[in-house]
Amino acid sequence: MDKLIYLDNAATTKTAPEVVEAMLPYFTNFFGNPSSIYSFAAESKKAIADAREKIANSLGAKSNEIYFTAGGSESDNWALKATAEAYGNKGKHIITSKIEHHAILHTCEALEKKGYEITYLDVDEYGVVKLEQLKEAIREDTILISIMFANNEIGTIQPIKEIGNIARERGILFHTDAVQAYGHVPINVDEYNIDMLSASGHKLNGPKGIGFMYIRKGVKIRSFVHGGAQERSRRAGTENVTGIVGFGKAVELAFANLEERNKKETQLRDYLIEKIQKEIPYCRLNGHRELRLSNNVNFSFRFIEGESMLIKLDFAGICASSGSACTSGSLDPSHVLLAIGLPHEIAHGSLRITVGYENTMEEMDYVVENLKKIIEDLRNMSPLYEDFIKKQEK
Amino acid sequence: MYSEKVMDHFQNPRNVGEIENASGVGTVGNAKCGDIMRIFLDIDENQIIQDVKFKTFGCGAAVATSSMATELVKGKSIEEAMKITNKAVMEALDGLPPVKVHCSLLAEEAIHAALWDYAEKNGIKIEGLEKPKSDIHEGEEEEEEDY
Repeated sequence: MDKLIYLDNAATTKTAPEVVEAMLPYFTNFFGNPSSIYSFAAESKKAIADAREKIANSLGAKSNEIYFTAGGSESDNWALKATAEAYGNKGKHIITSKIEHHAILHTCEALEKKGYEITYLDVDEYGVVKLEQLKEAIREDTILISIMFANNEIGTIQPIKEIGNIARERGILFHTDAVQAYGHVPINVDEYNIDMLSASGHKLNGPKGIGFMYIRKGVKIRSFVHGGAQERSRRAGTENVTGIVGFGKAVELAFANLEERNKKETQLRDYLIEKIQKEIPYCRLNGHRELRLSNNVNFSFRFIEGESMLIKLDFAGICASSGSACTSGSLDPSHVLLAIGLPHEIAHGSLRITVGYENTMEEMDYVVENLKKIIEDLRNMSPLYEDFIKKQEK
Repeated sequence: MYSEKVMDHFQNPRNVGEIENASGVGTVGNAKCGDIMRIFLDIDENQIIQDVKFKTFGCGAAVATSSMATELVKGKSIEEAMKITNKAVMEALDGLPPVKVHCSLLAEEAIHAALWDYAEKNGIKIEGLEKPKSDIHEGEEEEEEDY
């Protein structure tokens, strides 16, 4: 199959050619270690400062509040573990949600083993955190609220401004995992009262292996990786200069075309959602219809299992993803789909399609055409569908 | 992650369908875990499996193991069919990834469940066959990781 239709942009994105172009000189020409004294290294140092400034500007932050990391997972780990360490004397209670990425949830589990208490907030059927429940969950010893900006599976965008306000009023630090949202949704850290924010380069057409954490001035968390004095002594290790340069370029491109790209992605998304709803029976759109990332489509198809669907889509040259157990390596389907109230068997039949600005309407037609046939084939093979039809006939 | 044989059996599954008035039908698995297999057997008076069909809800490995299991029992006597283990199904498929081994167990159980049904209907006893453990447990509570 020569055709390749890439529809898994929430997993990762193609590094933009302009980004690669920007990175290349820093491999061979300006390879100097930014910490070195000689003038040759100044070029690398300057490149990092430029990227940092672009990123800071994109968030309404200051340059010295941006700390480069190896990616979203490191940033999430850092935010939680270092806050727990630095503010552990004040309290040992952290609030998060049930639909966070595993980089947050598994870090919370690790903290629980160290004696921290975590409240996992419920979400409604669309995947939105319940603000009343958040308010009630806050205690004297709550030191951190960590709620993702937008969900990676179902694309639901959280009421971050309201959450930020609540946190600020109660004097609690607020961290948001914005890995899926950064570069897709406009974010201003002051307007939203965000104290810490995690982001990753490869979700917005930048390179893999580079991320950052925004840490508001005054937040007292310490280094997570010990060693040299890089990143104002808060994150040791020689800077990933090429990655940082690429990330900076990707941010520049993303924010220059944010509206235009969102518009195009929204068109593709809405077209796909409506076409699937019209042409494929027994399906359910997961996530919120409006409060969702412009690139995210997530459906559950009854009576079939996700991995089978993905393999068959792959035969047709289509790359997508699923929340079925078989794709998660455990027996349980996605925790996000369970949190929005889907029964297991319906969660197993989920499909996530995340579009990119390079996709076309023709591709959406091709996807639905194939999906329709694939789902029909799998349903004809499914004992659950057989039972359902027999029940209907009675 | 899958062998070519698994992919072949997933892509072109053998013996998909139902048998009306089957001699024995067995359904095993659990929709909650994401796999259900149903096997239909047509067994003649000499206790030879003349025909076999399956329906499966599940991942690529679940479909492929069902397909291979039906291939392996077709034309066999009940005694021979009883000797087909999950290992035989796996070997015939050139192996399965470790997380998918349970699919081959399910295929073995599905055959046994269909044979059990046949034995019950005909009031006979099949040497070495025990009442199938697993069946559809819809709505049953299960332990799950708590987030």
